[in-house]
Amino acid sequence: MIRALDLLTIVGVSAGCFFFVAGTVGLLRFPDALTRMHALTKADNLGLGLIVLGLLPQAAGLGHALKLVSIWLLAQVSAAVASQLIAGAVLRQRSAI
Amino acid sequence: MTLGFDISLAFLVVVLAAWTIQVHDTFSAVLAFVVFGLLVALIWVRLASVDVALTEAAIGSGVTGALLLSAAALLRPTQSAVAPPGAAWCTAAGVVCAIITAGLGAIALLLPDPAPTLAPLAAASLPQSGLGNPVTGVLFVYRALDTLLEKVVLVLALVGVWSLAVDRLWGGIPALWPATCPDSTLTFLAQLLPPVGLMLGIYLCWTGADHPGGAFQGGALVTAMWLLVMLAGVRAAPATGLLSLRLLLIVGPTLFLVIGLSGFALAGAFLAYPPGYGKPLIIVAEAALTLSIGVTLGLLAAGPAQRAKEP
Repeated sequence: MIRALDLLTIVGVSAGCFFFVAGTVGLLRFPDALTRMHALTKADNLGLGLIVLGLLPQAAGLGHALKLVSIWLLAQVSAAVASQLIAGAVLRQRSAI
Repeated sequence: MTLGFDISLAFLVVVLAAWTIQVHDTFSAVLAFVVFGLLVALIWVRLASVDVALTEAAIGSGVTGALLLSAAALLRPTQSAVAPPGAAWCTAAGVVCAIITAGLGAIALLLPDPAPTLAPLAAASLPQSGLGNPVTGVLFVYRALDTLLEKVVLVLALVGVWSLAVDRLWGGIPALWPATCPDSTLTFLAQLLPPVGLMLGIYLCWTGADHPGGAFQGGALVTAMWLLVMLAGVRAAPATGLLSLRLLLIVGPTLFLVIGLSGFALAGAFLAYPPGYGKPLIIVAEAALTLSIGVTLGLLAAGPAQRAKEP
């Protein structure tokens, strides 16, 4: 049983890391601000989500698990709002040119 | 595995520091500085100093970053007109920095092994105070005078910022960022996040007695939430002449000072706590300080008055 939970952690955290690497590659390689942001949001949502999911079996109790999930939720909210703000700024800049 | 992580972390911090100095655009330099602060906070976590890490992330990176960002926004219109410093100045600054770095490095490397420490002594007397977190013990029991003066300095810094206002606007309303544009998403965040952030701030202050956390970290969260609300335009910045605002600014340091002075009568020394009442008094002082620190830091970031208050 313990083994299965550890396996879930390994798979979850590795998959999360993969999305972070992919997001970083996108950030470096994509041509403009909107597509770069698209790459970053994948790292933020899926990457962090999978890492949190992978860490949940290792949490010491319900309290710790809830803390992990709330970290993910807060990161989601801040990432969503920040990307809206950046996208708005990009659009304003484009219409100004 | 952890050694590799530590080495890459240290390498990243040094590279980022060099980049922060070298980059010409002030805005980019400030952003790099914020990231630098977060990485330094990670280093403090690796050194098992979670209290310092929280303070570094909240104050060193967050609040200082907000202050520097508003300064960079103010400087932007005039920046291109200012000539960069000459080679002589750059060399002089580099030499001074190199000497300081070499000095710090020498001190760190030439420390006797084991390094001189008061930690066992401090830990041995900690249970008397009723506190579980040795850092809070040092801040509020052994070195309470330093902590008190630190809070007073914060208020003095705010007086310094306020003094930049022109005479007729004294007591007026600070203008925050010059280029704030209303945005419905930001408004949404400013309505959603403050209850969560304030609760976390109160939690950090409360848990500081026994776990990492404390007045400064909690206060920084109060500041962040307040700045968010002001920036989104959900609530306007208050007039700096408002009596209730000024009372909020000094309630923390004043209460701490009163507790300190009552130590003369009750425990025989300034800032001494009567036996058995140490922890409750410290928590009361911390709660008031959290509020004062939050308001002070928020007003520091908001800057001097730039509009007259409404009649």
